[in-house]
Amino acid sequence: MRTNNLILQFTSKFVFFIIFFFAVHIFFAGHYTPGGGFVGGLLMSSALVLLVIAYDLKTVQMILPVNYMYMTAIGLILALGTAAFPMFVGKPFFTHFYDYFHLPLIGKTSLHTAALFDLGVFLVVVGVTMTIIQTIGEDE
Amino acid sequence: MTILANILIVFFIAVGVLFIVVTAIGLFRLPDLYTRAHAASKSATLGVMCVLIGVFLHFWLIEGHFNARILLGILFIFITGPVGGHIMSRSSYIAGVKPWSGTTHDDLKEEIHRMKKEQGIK
Repeated sequence: MRTNNLILQFTSKFVFFIIFFFAVHIFFAGHYTPGGGFVGGLLMSSALVLLVIAYDLKTVQMILPVNYMYMTAIGLILALGTAAFPMFVGKPFFTHFYDYFHLPLIGKTSLHTAALFDLGVFLVVVGVTMTIIQTIGEDE
Repeated sequence: MTILANILIVFFIAVGVLFIVVTAIGLFRLPDLYTRAHAASKSATLGVMCVLIGVFLHFWLIEGHFNARILLGILFIFITGPVGGHIMSRSSYIAGVKPWSGTTHDDLKEEIHRMKKEQGIK
């Protein structure tokens, strides 16, 4: 029986953005405080799962037309590329580089290639979790 | 100043713990699912919010660390706690959980009946 889910749908619209930005915060704060790619990815996929629960699998797929298998593949390629890049400049496998830059709006920022590896982990976690949920969810 | 801050912190945490204890007693004593959902979703939300406000004030006033994540957590619990209670009790009503025997007024019954008739179930 289909019922009127107005309260759940409106709340999840609002709460989605809180979880989304908290996931981004956890992802970027991972270098100095607890957090990182794995937890951020899980939080991001839980925000997407909340939308799937409140609406429909097809509706969410229409709003965010992402193929999560490709997302997993891109994450793996990014992680492997970050790890393999130092071998081409004569450093050991998995050597990371960092430096301080003066960005126009943010000011003095430390950019680290470990963040790219973490981005790969993030994409893999979101992709795998959403693939599992979608595969179990659509049992037609 | 520290004593005033400590009084404020202890007040908020004690009120929060009191509300959580009231929630536990309500879950234990109340007769059916809907009154229990009422106890759990309302006073537990307020209790956890009070405890979080106490923790936030402790870290802000005593340790000198403004933690915005706790404020975000308070907002999040304030939004999601009552909605969770609403969804649980509504879905259990639709699943056929009967209210307490002393209940006299049931507005949702006719509405569910009308929705079932519209969608052609039974």
